[in-house]
Formats: sequence, structure tokens, C-alpha cells
Amino acid sequence: MTSTYDTLEDAGVRRRDWIHIAAISFAGVAAGTFVIPLVSQMRPSKDVLAASSTRVDISSLEEGQSLKAVFRGQPLFVKRMTPAEITEAKNDDSASMPDPQTLAERTDPANEAILITLGVCTHLGCVPLGAGVGENKGDFGGYFCPCHGSHYDVAGRIRKGPAPKNLEVPEFEIAGDIVQVG
Amino acid sequence: MSFAWANQYEPKSDFTKWIDEKLPLPRLIYNAVGAGYPVPRNLNYMWNFGFLAGLFLVIQIITGVVLAMHYAADTSVAFGSVEHIMRNVNYGWMLRYAHANGASFFFIVIYLHIFRGFYYSSYKAPREMIWLLGVVIFLLMMATAFMGYVLPWGQMSFWGAKVITGLFGAIPIIGEPLQVWLVGGYAPNGATLNRFFSLHFLLPFVILGVVILHIWALHIPGSSNPTGVEVKSESDTVPFHPYYVAKDGWFLGLVVAIYAGFVFFAPNALGHPDNYIEANPLSTPAEIVPEWYFLPFYAILRAFTGDLVIPLTGIVLVPAKLLGVIAMFGSILVWFFLPWLDKSPIRSGSYRPLFQKFFWVLVVTMGVLTFCGGAPAEQPYILISQIATAYYFLHFLVILPIVSQIEVPKPLPFSITEAVLGKDGEEPKPISAAPPPQSGGGDLPGGALQPAE
Amino acid sequence: MTIRLGGMFFGLALVGVLLLWSFLPDTLKYSTPEKSPYYAFHEDKLPPAGGFSFDGLGGKWDNQQLQRGYQVYKEVCRSCHSLKYVAFRNLEELGYSEAEVRAEAASWEVPGLDEYGEATLRPAEPTDYFPSPYPNEIAARASNNNALPPDLSLITKARPDGSNYVYSLMQGYVEPTEEDLAEAKELGGGVEWETPVGLYFNEHFYNANIAMPPQLYPDLITYADGTEATTEQMAQDVAAFLTWTAEPTLVLRKQTGWYVVAFLLFATFLGFLSYKEIWANKKPKKKG
Repeated sequence: MTSTYDTLEDAGVRRRDWIHIAAISFAGVAAGTFVIPLVSQMRPSKDVLAASSTRVDISSLEEGQSLKAVFRGQPLFVKRMTPAEITEAKNDDSASMPDPQTLAERTDPANEAILITLGVCTHLGCVPLGAGVGENKGDFGGYFCPCHGSHYDVAGRIRKGPAPKNLEVPEFEIAGDIVQVG
Repeated sequence: MSFAWANQYEPKSDFTKWIDEKLPLPRLIYNAVGAGYPVPRNLNYMWNFGFLAGLFLVIQIITGVVLAMHYAADTSVAFGSVEHIMRNVNYGWMLRYAHANGASFFFIVIYLHIFRGFYYSSYKAPREMIWLLGVVIFLLMMATAFMGYVLPWGQMSFWGAKVITGLFGAIPIIGEPLQVWLVGGYAPNGATLNRFFSLHFLLPFVILGVVILHIWALHIPGSSNPTGVEVKSESDTVPFHPYYVAKDGWFLGLVVAIYAGFVFFAPNALGHPDNYIEANPLSTPAEIVPEWYFLPFYAILRAFTGDLVIPLTGIVLVPAKLLGVIAMFGSILVWFFLPWLDKSPIRSGSYRPLFQKFFWVLVVTMGVLTFCGGAPAEQPYILISQIATAYYFLHFLVILPIVSQIEVPKPLPFSITEAVLGKDGEEPKPISAAPPPQSGGGDLPGGALQPAE
Repeated sequence: MTIRLGGMFFGLALVGVLLLWSFLPDTLKYSTPEKSPYYAFHEDKLPPAGGFSFDGLGGKWDNQQLQRGYQVYKEVCRSCHSLKYVAFRNLEELGYSEAEVRAEAASWEVPGLDEYGEATLRPAEPTDYFPSPYPNEIAARASNNNALPPDLSLITKARPDGSNYVYSLMQGYVEPTEEDLAEAKELGGGVEWETPVGLYFNEHFYNANIAMPPQLYPDLITYADGTEATTEQMAQDVAAFLTWTAEPTLVLRKQTGWYVVAFLLFATFLGFLSYKEIWANKKPKKKG
């Protein structure tokens, strides 16, 4: 005994079928909405997001001095450049280098003495030397990575060695004596 | 699968033909829950709960796996990790409440499913295996739920674990070493928590496997039905798809709406406030209460207050604690024997007036036991538990066998079709314009087909 | 057959044991269960007039109230009670700006290390959690007559009807009535009710003897928004604040719930119509 439904495909979609289409659509939307929390819960949780920015007080940072902080689990170098270093960096703006960048592109124009970079070599991720007192600053007076010999200049730009890119400058804002990174 | 008139799977496109040759999974689904599985046409809503149980198993597994990405099973951080989920993880509060209330709803649905089995004697031949697998699933569910409740490491988590693992110590001779082995110490501790987390993650997948066996076993004889009369001909059945897909589908919407009501508006109603206090091994809560779905068994456990002694001597044969443990596990193990305890040839309680009355007394007894399980261990609740426990065992072990021998059942309908349409009932005209197919001679007037002999 | 006989025998035996032992003389007590004397003083928890703003299906936070409640915690409760699951950054949910939260956090001190590695205190940051007034449980008990002031982050979820419980408890330091004392004496077998030295009578505490002295007095603090600081007001505000600390997502949960349940009920309705249509030709027509 055939049921009405068996003749359905022969008849094509009929007017009466809208209720089935509507019901299934709503069920589909429900299922889709249910997926949202399942996927979203893997995004960073609120405490991780809250800890995802770093504030550094540079009021006691003297010229020529660098300090090391942590930003999103990685080392952060904050340097106050001397006027001589600023001039040197600007002079080299047009020099040939693997990843050309001007000093102005890497600093905040209102605080051009403050250089903020990640302390992570762009070659294979070691922490370069040069931020601490007495550390080897390399051939260009900036940072030197001992792992494979990458030399960065006073503005953290790669000048010699295997690293392909300049030390990364994260998003930051300077308000008075406080630097907010991220 | 089992019936001759079942629709046959026909792959429609080249792609589905290719799949069907290499791995006949679509065919399997078609024959299991699709248009290829004939089901009695007269199933009532009590038959919806099997599917709903499967749904809640899936909900628990999905929410559980996701929660396990954030939970930490170390006693110093477990409670804090649950608060981390509630406060920091995106939608964490929703997932946690969904999982906690999902467990309760899983048990609500399962109890309705089991009591359907009691009333309609779903455990009788040829469906004994389905029933046995079902009792195994229930035992696994209880173990899983118990261990899951320990994980937040609140006061009830810890003290519930202490009481229940302590029961194992009641077993003679091997009890103490068994308990120490189970707990990994002398009282629930970090080792206990870690192993409970591991097992709580594992067991639902074991349940899933047994559920697949349970459904497979079902598909051999096919579903029973409210009359208890087996399927005789095609007019007794409808294909699972679309008829029961639609029926299961709309009812699931209603149940999920009620579930959502609890998750969003009363998420802690079925829980205990003491579990929002961090576990303190040095401070016992005023009353140690398991979750509501364990209350009847807890009442049975606590009903035994006297040791079994040899009269006139002081010799203790079986201490009260052990009696309670035996009775508590026995109350579920007794279900394994139902197919052989109840030998009435009539399946459905609808046609067994005496059995029906005792069935409802059993339902009331379970309600009473549930209430007593949550009450303090004082009189009069102890006496009430004892009477209720006595009836419970009397019902399964004494009453059912006797009733099945002596009762006079009501006359059964000849077939499912007759039950649905009446003796000279007419099949309603199909809505499509095509007239019903003209069959050859031998048809009874009114359209009911000749019964298959 | 053997199973049935065996089952019947086992069942009768078990039942026999049960009934025999339950009906022995000394286990048979039909009288009301013995109660402790403090049951005489049990009062139902009362909600504030009009209930809390977050009660019911359509509950909402009253940020002004939560801010007042925070002020009560800060000026009255924090000396003994920790709030360890709440971070300063969470205060932004009460309507404070990021800068205000930062300043508020900085006014608290949290444990840290100085440049020599010695333990010291430093100003808190928004990512820090509220500090505990005591370094550990032993110190907490030593300062509080061997009682441990509980952490308050979850207190309204850790007590039945928690928001009303906190509200009632903070106002529950009353003198016991003559009738209640008489009933307590009767329940206690003729012994006069006495609150032990060092504890205080509170009609809402579970055993009526609470270790916490009464905390709220009229005008104890001056609210920043100018509201009069009656005992009742402070009790209500701190209870609301602690409800927020226990479940910051409470209002969001209820609001989401409306959408979810309404959608599901509508989808169920559509599903029901679909089901009816599919089954239309399988259900017998009613006989005329």
C-alpha cells in the first residue's frame, strides 16, 4: 500500500510542503546556533584577553638605557635612544638593508626616542643580546643574535645576518610616562 | 530490515551509488532510521524516549568534550577551573549549565524509557537482549554520572565520593583492599579525582558502543507497540522516515525547550548549594545528599538499619551496611531477570488489569523512595523507606511471577491495524488524487488486508 | 522456572529481613524526629520589599545598587572576607570606566616580590584578583575566635535562596522572643537556651549561633551616591553585590534564555504542524 508520501517525488514540491521546509529550516537554524558556543569557547578567554596587553613605566628609563618586559608571553625591549643614536638611525633610513624601514615608521613621532620592539629574532626566534648592560650590541650598535649571527641596528632593523625582517614593533601607545603595548 | 515489505534502498545519484558499493553506510542509515525501517504505526509518545536518550547522550558528549578543554583535574585547582569556565571562558557558563542539567534530563528521559519497558513488557521474548543491554547502559550511566559529579570538587563532590567509595569497604574480606585500590588512598584525594576524570571521559564512549548494540538488537525483531501484538502485515507498520522522524522531531523540540528553560532560568534548581563550597575533608556538611536521580537507590541503601544475626547468639551473619549495599545493587540487578520473572504471554499492561494496578503501585513506590532518599536519616523516613524497599523487591520477585500466573487478561486486538482502525475500520483516503490500489479478491471489506498466516 | 523460584525465595528473604528488623521494638518510633533546640528560632528568609532587581524571568542588574554593595564590601566586609574569584577588571561590568577600575585596583595592595625577592605588597592591577585579608586559614581562624570567615565570591549560590539569605542574615541579629526561648528549652530537654560566649544570636543562621558579630549599623558608611545608609539598605545592597559576584552572567543568562526558549517553542510548533500533516492519512477518521 503506497502512502501519500511515496508519490511526493512524482508530484514535485507541493504547496503543502512549506510546513516541512519551514520546520526543517528552523531546526537547522537551531543546530547552527548551537554550534556557535562550541566554536567560540576555544577563542581566548576573558582572563587571557585581559592579560594580553602590557604597561611599562618609562619614567625612570634614562637615555641609552633599555629595559626588558614581557608582552603576550614574549620578551619586549623598550629603549630610550640617545640623540646620537637617533641621528644615526635617521641617517641610515635610506641605506641598503634586507627590510627597509625608516625610523619614523618604527617609532611614535611625539616620542621618537622610545623604541619598542619584540625581543624575538625574526630568523628562528632566539632572544637577541643588546638590551642589557654590557651585552654585545653587534656591528651596528643595536642588537645581536648569538644563535646565527644576525645584527640589528640602533632602530632594531636587520642589517647583517640570516634574519629576514626587522625586530617586530607591536602596536603601542605612549601617554605621559606609561607605554601601553597591545 | 526484518519485514518483507520494507522499502529498499536505491542510491539515486552516481556518487551515492559509488559510496553504496564501497561502504554501505547510507544504506545502513536508510535501513536503521530511514524509509527502509518499518515501525508499528500505533506507537504512542512513550516510545519517543529512546531517541531522546540518544540525543542527550550526544549533548553530554559534545558539551563534555568542550568543557574538558578548560577543566583541570587537580584538587588544588579543580574548583577554580570550574569557576574559570563560568566566568572567563566564552559561553562557559552556558556549556557548564547545559552539561549539568543535561545529566539530569538524561536521567529523566531514561527513567521514562525504562518505565515504558516495565509497563509494556518490552523485556519479553524476543527482545530480552535489548533489555539486558539497556540495563548495562543504565549501570554505566550511573557510574559516569557519579564520577562526573565528583569533578568540581565541591563539598558534595567530595563527601558523596567518600560515602559511595566507602560502601565498597562493606564487602567481606576483599572490601578494604578493594576500596583502597579504587580510591588510590584512604579517603578521596588527588589520585581519586584524576582517575575519575579519566574514566568519566572514557565511559560515555563505552555507553555509545553499547547503545549501538542496543539499537542493533532492536532492529532484529523491530519495535514492540502499545498493544503488545506483534506486527503481522504491512498495514500494521509505517516507514520510520518520515513518520517517526517527524514525531520524534517535534517532540524533541518540546523537550529541548523545557531543557533550555532549566538551563537558562533555573540552572541550579536540580543541584545542591553545598557543591558551591570547596571540598573540605575536615568538615562534613549537615546532610550528604546525592543528585536526585540516585535518591531512590540511596533510600534503599539506608533502609537497612539492623544486622542480620543468628537468633539467640550474637553472631553477625551480614552487617547492616553490607545488606544495604547488596540491596542497592540488587535493586538494579533484579531488572536483568525480568524476562524470566514475568512469564505472562500478554505483553502490554493495557490488557493486564491486575498487573496495571501493581505497576502504578511500583511507580508510587519509586516516588516515595526518591523522596525518602533526600530526607534526613531519621524516623519516620527510615520506616517509610523500609516499607517501600520491601514492596520494591516484593514487586519484582514475588508479585510479578504470581500475577503473571493468575491474572485474567483483557482480550487482545487481532492486529495492530485492527487496534488503530477498529474491526471494520477504513484506512483514511490518501490525500493525493490517486485512488487506493485495487487489490485482488480476498480482501476483507473496509480495506484491512488479510492477516499473514 | 528455577530463576523464578530462586527469585521469589531471595525476594521473600530480603523482605523478611527488612520488615522483621524494621518492626523490632526499639527501631519503631512514630514520634516526630528529635530536633535540636535551635530549630525553635528558624525563620524563613525574607526578600527585600519588592524583591531584588535581578529576580524573576526578566531580572536586570541595578548598577547603582551593585556599586553601593561594592562599597559596603570594601568598607565593612573586606577586613575578614576574601573575594578570590573576582578580578578588579570585572568591576567594569558595574559601570566603572577602565581608568576608574585601574585607579580602584591601585588603591588595593596585593602580595608581590620586591627587588631582593622578599615578599612585599604592591598596588593591584586590573588583572589581579581581590586579595585575601589573611595569608592563610590558620591566621584567619586565629583572628576570629577559631571561626573561618568564608570567601564571599559564591556565597549566594552556596546557600539555599542565597540572595535573600544574605539580606536576612545581616539583619538577623535580634533578641530571641520569649516563646522561641520556651520552645527551645522544651526541645533541649529542659535546658535553658544560651548563646555561648564569643558567638552571637542570629535568627537566620542555621544553628542560630554565628561567630560573626553584627556588622551593619545605620550610617556605618557614607554612600558615594548619597543614598541613606540604613541597615536595611546596606544589607540589600551587599546582598545584590554578592549575587553579582557569584554569577556575573545571571542577567545575560536570563536574557539569552528568552530568545532560546521562544525560538524553540516556535520551532516545536512548526514541527508539530509538519508531523500532523505527515500523519494525516494514517490516523483513522472519527466515526460519525
